[in-house]
Amino acid sequence: MSGHSNWPEWIYVGVIIVLLAYVGAEAWNVERLVEHVPAEAEVIKVIGQQWFWTFEHADGTKEVGELHVKKGHAYKFEITTKDVNHAFNIHDYVVLQDAVAGRVNEVWFAPDKAGEFPIQCREYCGLLHYNMRGTLIVEE
Amino acid sequence: MVLELQKPRPIWQIMFSTHHTDVGLLYTITSIAFFFMGGALALGIRAELFLPGTQIISDSMTFNRMFTVHGTAMIFLFLLPFASGVGNYFVPIMVRYKDMAYPKLNAVAFWMIPPAGALIWLGFADFTWYATPPYSAIRAPGPAADMWIFAQKILGVSSVLGAINFIVTILKCKHPDLPLSKVPLLAWSFLSASLIIIVAVPTFAAALVMLLTDRLGVSGFFDPAKGGDPIAYQHLFWFTFHPEVYVLVIPAIGMMYEIIPRFSRKPIFSQSSGIFAFVMLSIVSFSSWAHHMYATGMSFTEKTVFMIGTLAAVPASGMHVFNFIATMWGGRIKFATPMMWAVGGIALFFSAGAGGVANAAMPFDFITHDSYWVVGHFHLFVMGTIAFGSIGFLYYMFPYITGRMYNETWGKIHFIMSFAGTVMVFFTQHVLGLYGMPRRVYDYQPYPEYIVMNQIASVGAMIIGVSMVIWLINMIYSAGKGKEANMDDPWGLGGKYYFPYQAKNPHH
Repeated sequence: MSGHSNWPEWIYVGVIIVLLAYVGAEAWNVERLVEHVPAEAEVIKVIGQQWFWTFEHADGTKEVGELHVKKGHAYKFEITTKDVNHAFNIHDYVVLQDAVAGRVNEVWFAPDKAGEFPIQCREYCGLLHYNMRGTLIVEE
Repeated sequence: MVLELQKPRPIWQIMFSTHHTDVGLLYTITSIAFFFMGGALALGIRAELFLPGTQIISDSMTFNRMFTVHGTAMIFLFLLPFASGVGNYFVPIMVRYKDMAYPKLNAVAFWMIPPAGALIWLGFADFTWYATPPYSAIRAPGPAADMWIFAQKILGVSSVLGAINFIVTILKCKHPDLPLSKVPLLAWSFLSASLIIIVAVPTFAAALVMLLTDRLGVSGFFDPAKGGDPIAYQHLFWFTFHPEVYVLVIPAIGMMYEIIPRFSRKPIFSQSSGIFAFVMLSIVSFSSWAHHMYATGMSFTEKTVFMIGTLAAVPASGMHVFNFIATMWGGRIKFATPMMWAVGGIALFFSAGAGGVANAAMPFDFITHDSYWVVGHFHLFVMGTIAFGSIGFLYYMFPYITGRMYNETWGKIHFIMSFAGTVMVFFTQHVLGLYGMPRRVYDYQPYPEYIVMNQIASVGAMIIGVSMVIWLINMIYSAGKGKEANMDDPWGLGGKYYFPYQAKNPHH
């Protein structure tokens, strides 16, 4: 408009677009790999309700607030809720998926370290949301 | 002379006026009042989180209500009305028209805000600013929740009325000698933001009615037991409120476009690239809404589409940053208070945008989603960019409104404290999120990392709080007793750089 050359701006925009394309492609690739559930993954049903977690193993045993799993095995969580929305989160294993009313959401993980890890709710669910915690116990 | 406070008038003359600067003054003062109220809640939240366990707030429900009203008030009662205030002052002048296109409608749009504010503050709802069902439909206690819904309804109508007014003023009332491409970028920012409002807001308006009837038990739009779907609400909500982010940020960038060339004593590097980037932003603002919903069980394809849509907003934002830097490059910059706020705002805008790119990458989002990372990220936008631009612009408008100068030293102290505080609070919160601390929590586990970072954040928040008190005192004192401004050149920049004084609209 003012007639001056604007080529530095277009080079700058080009560099940004190349960087974004790289970030996007990398994210696409990683997410594709991460979402691929191994065939032998054992199903654990996760039910959120105000304000605790219930876990149901494939053999029918139920646990409340604590989840025992074995190191080196793959598990697939099938997450749902009995009342309002929650979000099932084991931060140390980057397990995060909303528990949405009327739906079953899936996420999988394979623990590679034994020990205790916190489980928490990451979606606001009312009065005691902050205290909707549990423990993941990974056994050798 | 249209100096509002220089020649005192009875307050009712301002309150019942439809003149654009009077309505602008009402918007500005109301929004600043709500800013301080919302800020007080933020300090309460930070004080509570200073240590694990119960500190000053006795129960979690009060805490939940506090962060809900804090968020709602800051977005809808501070940032949006403040931008409208600036637009009211400057858009008619910049398009060389005697007033807004519909002055009475303008006053009506303003007067819908105080009742809505009263509903939000007296109700004190607890379901977070995005009120997601089923919680908001079946569990959130009334009447607070219902009052919040009605308040949002009123505010939605108010912003649509305001947006129509800005669009008509700019497109239909601008002086025939003034081509649209020469309209200053501040007015362009209001045109872009208003067009977004017109397209985006009706969706949430519909969702609010459905939410209300769901709460009344006569429908089940969002209740799976009645065949509804809570995810539908999230789509309707974010279809309005992701673009709304740009409704907030675009006028703030427009304000920086007003400040930066003047204090750099140079014209804007490229008016056309600024316009292009505004138009681009208003289009791509609609391509990214569901990036808030990766964790709701979206398919891989949906996530990919919305990741690309989110990344698409970055080049246009980057063009603004480039434009600012290129404008300052080689200029004789005077770091008066408004310029400091604008430059600080750009730095934080860049940081916020970088965090946004990381966030948009799908795998990373599953680490940061609903953690304190997100709180830090969006506060870098709303506080670091938008509030910084707004506060800087209020300093810039101050001589125009009052005919007097604020105290420059205290203005700079205000900036330095706020900038340091903002970095302490919101950069730290990013890290806190990476450690896994969820947002919207009344209490946290006593891990040493959590405690240290929460304390850094709380101290930063108190520094911001003190600086804002300094600001308030400076504004009030200087409005009455400050030294008279040299209206041709209040900052001694040399030459007639002070735009607002060059054109005035008499009262009619």
